Amino acid sequence: MKNDILLEVRDLHTHFYTDEGLVKAADGIDITIKKGKTLGLVGESGCGKSVTALSIMRLIQEPPGKIVKGEILFDDQNLLKLSEAKMRHIRGNRISMIFQEPMTSLNPLLRCGNQIAEAISLHQGVSNRDARAKAVEMLQKVGIPDPEGRAREYPHQMSGGMRQRVMIAMALSCNPELMIADEPTTALDVSIQAQILALMNQLKEEFGASILLITHDLGVIADMAQSVAVMYAGKIVEYVDVVRLFDNPMHPYSVGLMESIPKMDEVVPEDKILRTIPGVVPSLYNLPSGCYFQERCNEAFDACGKKVPPLIEIEPGHLLRCWKYGQQ
Amino acid sequence: MVGFFLTLLLILIAFFAGYVAPYDPNEQNVYSRLTSPDLKHWFGTDSYGRDTLSRVIHGSRISLAVGVCSIIFGMVIGSLAGMFAAFDRGKIGNLIMRAVDVMMCFPAEIFAILFLVMIGQGMDKLIFAIGVVMAPRFARLSYGTTLSIREREYIEAARALGAKRPRIVLKHIFPNILGEILVMCSLWTATAIRVEANLSFLGMGVPPPTATWGNMVRTGVSQLTNAPWLSIFPGLAIMVAVLAFNLIGDGLRDVMDPKLQQG
Repeated sequence: MKNDILLEVRDLHTHFYTDEGLVKAADGIDITIKKGKTLGLVGESGCGKSVTALSIMRLIQEPPGKIVKGEILFDDQNLLKLSEAKMRHIRGNRISMIFQEPMTSLNPLLRCGNQIAEAISLHQGVSNRDARAKAVEMLQKVGIPDPEGRAREYPHQMSGGMRQRVMIAMALSCNPELMIADEPTTALDVSIQAQILALMNQLKEEFGASILLITHDLGVIADMAQSVAVMYAGKIVEYVDVVRLFDNPMHPYSVGLMESIPKMDEVVPEDKILRTIPGVVPSLYNLPSGCYFQERCNEAFDACGKKVPPLIEIEPGHLLRCWKYGQQ
Repeated sequence: MVGFFLTLLLILIAFFAGYVAPYDPNEQNVYSRLTSPDLKHWFGTDSYGRDTLSRVIHGSRISLAVGVCSIIFGMVIGSLAGMFAAFDRGKIGNLIMRAVDVMMCFPAEIFAILFLVMIGQGMDKLIFAIGVVMAPRFARLSYGTTLSIREREYIEAARALGAKRPRIVLKHIFPNILGEILVMCSLWTATAIRVEANLSFLGMGVPPPTATWGNMVRTGVSQLTNAPWLSIFPGLAIMVAVLAFNLIGDGLRDVMDPKLQQG
């Protein structure tokens, strides 16, 4: 059972020390990614999804940020204890990353083929010519027509979808065990989104990699992930497999998220207005005491204002951080 | 465009000085001492009877060579220091930039004189000294631009690929700030030429009898009332060279900055 776990993040605290005060961007994150599976990390902007991802890669800018506590176990080694040189060997090689903005994630002055070849030659110690040949092969794998011609092009000559394919080719070029995709389709239009997601799924199978998928789009999660962690203000509030989340979301925030998605098979409400979650995300500089979600929660009661609820296992494989269920 | 042709002309003249100059710049002729400009000696002659035009032409070699070489030298060390300081943003980076601040407090000439006093005179030493005093400007320029580039996503992407710092700086940051550096290179070449002329004028440049514009102006000063051409023509040459490089710099900036083209 233990052997199929690829990455385990335990009690991760990443703080940012800013002029306005301390920001606990990741405040005790626990996630587990199994081999060959996709974990979705969902939440609003600024809830700490990307910080969690960057913490795993150890790419948090220091200062102002710092990983103050926690363990990140990848293949039984704690990434937080590795030397920078060893960490560099893991980045791009065993854990790779796909970024949100394909428009800005490629160096505008380098040919696409060379950028992929760079990743290959950094980790595989092959000759430049072999790296370039491999780069062309990768471009072909991600479905780019005329890969040899495209390898010689600059990023500005490609469309957004193409560039994201190049990014994926780069991320997969060293056969990583884990791919962290930070909102990989947010910047793309819907039809290209579907293509990119299908491509990621297909390549995941082919390479046997796991994916940590960061998004705020529950539709993407439904397509891709096997389990989901819902984040709110630096904490995980619900952690469950994707089927149960969509069938029966339990945390009021997850419920709110589900209700805010238009559904094909449901009658349009009279007023034709989608339900939303009232209020805004609390400022991370000034979090409310007790549950962080209480101010926006329509089910809040006394206990919510007093203490932050713990993350408890409400049923097998279903973790929840809410007093509503926690008291039982 | 004017700047480009002017600079090209200067470079050609400097390169083919031996063919262009009508006389040997160091050939003395007692019979034609201090003649005013005429058809035989367009720019007149000095107190040794040396042809001023030929000396101005040969002087262009020193001025251009020192100007260009010192800027290249200053650019390399300055922008490397600036890029690493910006990328590092730690103690070492801070130390570099504060040192730059200190050096920028003084006029370039003062520091150059200080260096020349320490290491002695000569063309190579002059290039070194001017390069060192120009380096802080490049450091500050590349520091600023690197700070903005290092936050771009493709730099983070490169780090996520596991690239080492020197590789990121040289392969991903340097090409992206090169445009701005090149513009300033040509503008500051003009400054370097001026500094070289000033140093020569003060007697800290390439020692006589080698003709340089600065030391020609200087020797002419004592005879400014009876033989003004001795100072005026090398002075004009300095002006033309500085102007040419400034025009090129402006032109380059217009070409490289699309915002200016629209306006």
